[in-house]
Amino acid sequence: MEWTNEMTMMMVDGVRETLFMTLLSTFFGYLLGLPMGVALAVTDKNGIRPNAVVYKILDVTANVVRSIPFLILLILIMPVTKLLVGRSYGTAATVVPLTVAAAPFIGRMIESSLNEVDRGVIEAAQSMGAGNMTIIMRVLLVEARTSILVGVTIALGTILGYSAMAGIVGGGGLGDIAMRYGYYRYEEEIMLVAVILLVVLVQIFQTLGMRMSVKLDRRQR
Amino acid sequence: MAGMIEVRNLSKTFVTKDANVEALQNINLSIQTGDIYGIIGMSGAGKSTLVRCLNFLERPTEGTVEIEGRDLSALSERELRAQRAEIAMIFQHFNLLMQKNVIDNICFPLLYAGVGKGMMSKKDARKRAEELLEIVGLTEKAKAYPSQLSGGQKQRVAIARALAANPKILLCDEATSALDPQTTQSILHLLKQINKDYGITIVIITHEMSVVREICSHVAIIGDGHLVEQGRVADIFSHPKTKEAKELIVRGRGEERRTLESHQKDLMKGKCCIRIVFSVNSSFEPVIANMVLRFGQPINILRADTKNVEGIARGEMILSLPDDVQMQEDMKAYLTERGLAVEEVDGYGVD
Repeated sequence: MEWTNEMTMMMVDGVRETLFMTLLSTFFGYLLGLPMGVALAVTDKNGIRPNAVVYKILDVTANVVRSIPFLILLILIMPVTKLLVGRSYGTAATVVPLTVAAAPFIGRMIESSLNEVDRGVIEAAQSMGAGNMTIIMRVLLVEARTSILVGVTIALGTILGYSAMAGIVGGGGLGDIAMRYGYYRYEEEIMLVAVILLVVLVQIFQTLGMRMSVKLDRRQR
Repeated sequence: MAGMIEVRNLSKTFVTKDANVEALQNINLSIQTGDIYGIIGMSGAGKSTLVRCLNFLERPTEGTVEIEGRDLSALSERELRAQRAEIAMIFQHFNLLMQKNVIDNICFPLLYAGVGKGMMSKKDARKRAEELLEIVGLTEKAKAYPSQLSGGQKQRVAIARALAANPKILLCDEATSALDPQTTQSILHLLKQINKDYGITIVIITHEMSVVREICSHVAIIGDGHLVEQGRVADIFSHPKTKEAKELIVRGRGEERRTLESHQKDLMKGKCCIRIVFSVNSSFEPVIANMVLRFGQPINILRADTKNVEGIARGEMILSLPDDVQMQEDMKAYLTERGLAVEEVDGYGVD
């Protein structure tokens, strides 16, 4: 098989679309998941403002959404997607189900990051007369930032993996290319190139994320 | 006269699934302005719970806590937070923000908590933090992160942070328990100085009698959730009434002996010391006295003891020899000749 210019262009588009879906979904995912994770950690029975009802509601919501297979979720929320984006197919439309799938996952990671913060430091802030909002903004999120950044790295990788399934609804991206050429047309070279590009992207995210979290951590050295 | 801190009929019960744990029962305390008040007890006695009741980090189940005549339970959440800013606290494990440097840690109460919140500019807060760092003697560590500091230095930063909001009371929860004896001394010295210079009332929670004896004016002894004895430190030391008090004082002597010994060990560093062991037979001859007569040089007996080894009494001595190396060798040879086991030891003790 001859590698043509069009194929190169297709790969460039694929990378662009994958990055668009992954980065945008991660961004919106954190917009929803960060407050959710904070609320989970704060209302936990060992949190700074325990509230069993709020905790349970968030807890169950997170579990339900996380247990629905992504493909089913994608189809299930199509009406919502259409309402928000104007249509239920294409790259932009894929961002909606990706965000919905990512938010509770991100919420759980934020929750666990915040739960790692030393109780003693929180108690010290309370003894100084700090309110709950101050403790969240100035103690919890600051002390947990290394762990939160590691979470972002993991989230990017996972969402990139999900985005590959978006080909089903014509979402585009590298995953779509790999499926169309490799699975339906048996053109394995194209599939291989797309998969290698996916691996490279994940590798880049992982390396950058870990480097940043180590650089920002003041505990070692 | 109402004191700085008045605790009346305070009880605290923790409700758990299996049982109700009565951590504190019917505690009455009166702490006056400018006191350094020790609260001592074995671990699990409830003293940490008691100190947390003084700033309502734990709410008492029964009874009241009054700070300068204000009943804490009558305050709203906001008023309570403002009140807490006047009651600073330091901890066993320092509890500094690990991701912030020393200056930012000290600025925290000035910028984000209590009365100063939103009132102080970042620049003013930094200036105040630098003054505080000077008080605790850590000016050169302003930019360091807590992980780069020793335990004693971390506690100094915590003390600077505690002083930032000009508190009237400083609560110390086992503040020296994670520190070695020398560092403990220097931290206690600093606390004493703060008490003297700023008139801050200090409450010290500890399980070490040596801490109480070192700096406290008054002491309360907590045993198993009850206040068993309280009064001036000097009185309790000379006339302990309860079993708990006596126990703590006896334990305190052990602590004192250890610090004394380690002090002597430092003095003896660089001196040539030997340990000799007498068996039963060699006890008949006055070996040491003869040696001194023979060489015409004084030697220093650092320690003498008899030990029962496998049912036989054995004498043991630690001697410090004169500085002259030739003389040292001659003396060792002299002792060995007389059938004594001679062994060079590092400094003072063997234990």
